[in-house]
Amino acid sequence: MATGKIFKFHNDLDTDQIIASQYLLLPNIEEMKVHTFESLDPEFPDKVKPGDYVVGGENFGCGSSREQAPSVLKALGVKAVVAKSFARIFYRNAINIGLPVIVCKDLPDAVATGDEMELSLTEGVAKANGQVYSCTKLPEYMQQILSQGGLIASLNREEA
Amino acid sequence: MGMTIAEKIIALAAGVPEVKAGDIHTVNLDRMMSNDGTTHLTVDMYNNKLKHPRIADAGKMVFIVDHNVPSDSPKTAASQKKMRDFARENGIDFWEGKGVCHQIMMEHYVRPGELIFGADSHTCTYGALGAFGTGVGCTDLLYGMVTGTSWVLVPETIRFNLIGKLPEGVYPRDLMLTIIGEVGANGCNYQVMEFTGDGAHGLSVNDRMVLCNLAVEAGAKTAVFEADDVALEYLKSRGREPKAVFTSDPDAHYVREYTFDLSRIQPVAARPDFVDDVVPAKEVCGVRIDEAFLGSCNNGRIDELRVGASILKGRRVSEHVRFLVVPASQEVYLQALEEGLIQTFMESGAIVMNPNCSVCWGSCQGVIGENEVLISTGTRNFKGRAGHPSSKVYLGSAATVAASAVKGEICTADML
Repeated sequence: MATGKIFKFHNDLDTDQIIASQYLLLPNIEEMKVHTFESLDPEFPDKVKPGDYVVGGENFGCGSSREQAPSVLKALGVKAVVAKSFARIFYRNAINIGLPVIVCKDLPDAVATGDEMELSLTEGVAKANGQVYSCTKLPEYMQQILSQGGLIASLNREEA
Repeated sequence: MGMTIAEKIIALAAGVPEVKAGDIHTVNLDRMMSNDGTTHLTVDMYNNKLKHPRIADAGKMVFIVDHNVPSDSPKTAASQKKMRDFARENGIDFWEGKGVCHQIMMEHYVRPGELIFGADSHTCTYGALGAFGTGVGCTDLLYGMVTGTSWVLVPETIRFNLIGKLPEGVYPRDLMLTIIGEVGANGCNYQVMEFTGDGAHGLSVNDRMVLCNLAVEAGAKTAVFEADDVALEYLKSRGREPKAVFTSDPDAHYVREYTFDLSRIQPVAARPDFVDDVVPAKEVCGVRIDEAFLGSCNNGRIDELRVGASILKGRRVSEHVRFLVVPASQEVYLQALEEGLIQTFMESGAIVMNPNCSVCWGSCQGVIGENEVLISTGTRNFKGRAGHPSSKVYLGSAATVAASAVKGEICTADML
């Protein structure tokens, strides 16, 4: 299992905080990603390393349907988002672009920013601070989309 | 087992006799809407990521420039040009500057019984006409555009029984904010809010839109009213026919039920930075404001402009307040002109702007600066939603917003 650092956020974290409206019409995700979490932690894009994790509480990703939100996280190398629950549009968007979103009820309250975490998507298990947490497995339909690299990759494969 | 309205719409779109909550179905989409918030990315993916780029049925697509219109920078202009060119090259209906996307969709497209995807979270507005509209991202939109289909997890339905009538000076926006305050920001996550009862049938389509539009702020996948005579009359007046008119079966399954007595609702406000932090408006009276906003896909229609103008008539906007009035569409704007409302707003010192999403989405003219306070009829009050991360947004009804603009601090209309 790969180890990554945790960046922890609050309940009802909305997609405006992940990427603010003023950056959404920039030409591409690369130009947007340097503004990720700007309102909460302007240094986040510099601090986060490929393989790190974002951890949230309840209702992670609520609000706007902006797909730029999961896209900038993925572009910065975030390996997965783990939260107690997700708002539905963010959840669906993340799966569609191939960013794993994992529901884990007990882990978020037990960890803080900077903690190390390991996550096994196939086993549905996370480890942090010496504790093992079981996560809810994705429904098979969504797991398939994710394993193929997202909805468009899966469409291209069907039409190969 | 009977089915709810939402389940019947999904069953029809999936071509199956029956669906139940929790099933995943492939559905034919009746229509897809995309605005300038994400379409440039959709077009890029279409051009660069697809093995076989094609559009299943351009006649089902609608592109609407409403978020940053007119454009505010060369980069915005370039993103919008990409969208405009793509629409023209592919025969897609294209609207620019004519109104906020959901208002345009309601005025010109939505029909009862349709299943509609919109690349905007407030697509749930279309339930006001008995349609199933839901917000998606640009990848879902692209997949729908290419295949004409998508996958849908059938959501559970929650029944909201509305009884009685709202008191004078209390509006559907107060009602919906009260409901969201009660159920919470994820109280209806992945579920459908079905509004029913005599209190629901007594609401106009304008008012039903106010309720359905904010359903996503309770986490809902969508909200829906039965397409009754009120809805069908609206549709007929605009020369459209329903796809299908559904009512929920008496033995349909609801996961929960709530009852709201409309006569007991009072003016409320949502405090920064959460839409479900709802309190009686009286509790936040006295908060000094820098800006007031009357507009948005939630509350920028003729009914709300009438309310705002009735309060502004013969009064002046406070000297330290910018009061932005933004009709939700040009149709609304023209109606307001005809009724003399625009003159009233201008004479009172308000700034009347072209139809667009305006400060509600925080990246258009009117954004607020460091530590400034806005009272708004917009959809959200998230941290930094209307501008600088340190700024604050309160949500209230058109009456509360207009009264606050006059007083220079938050107040209800009866306090003027």
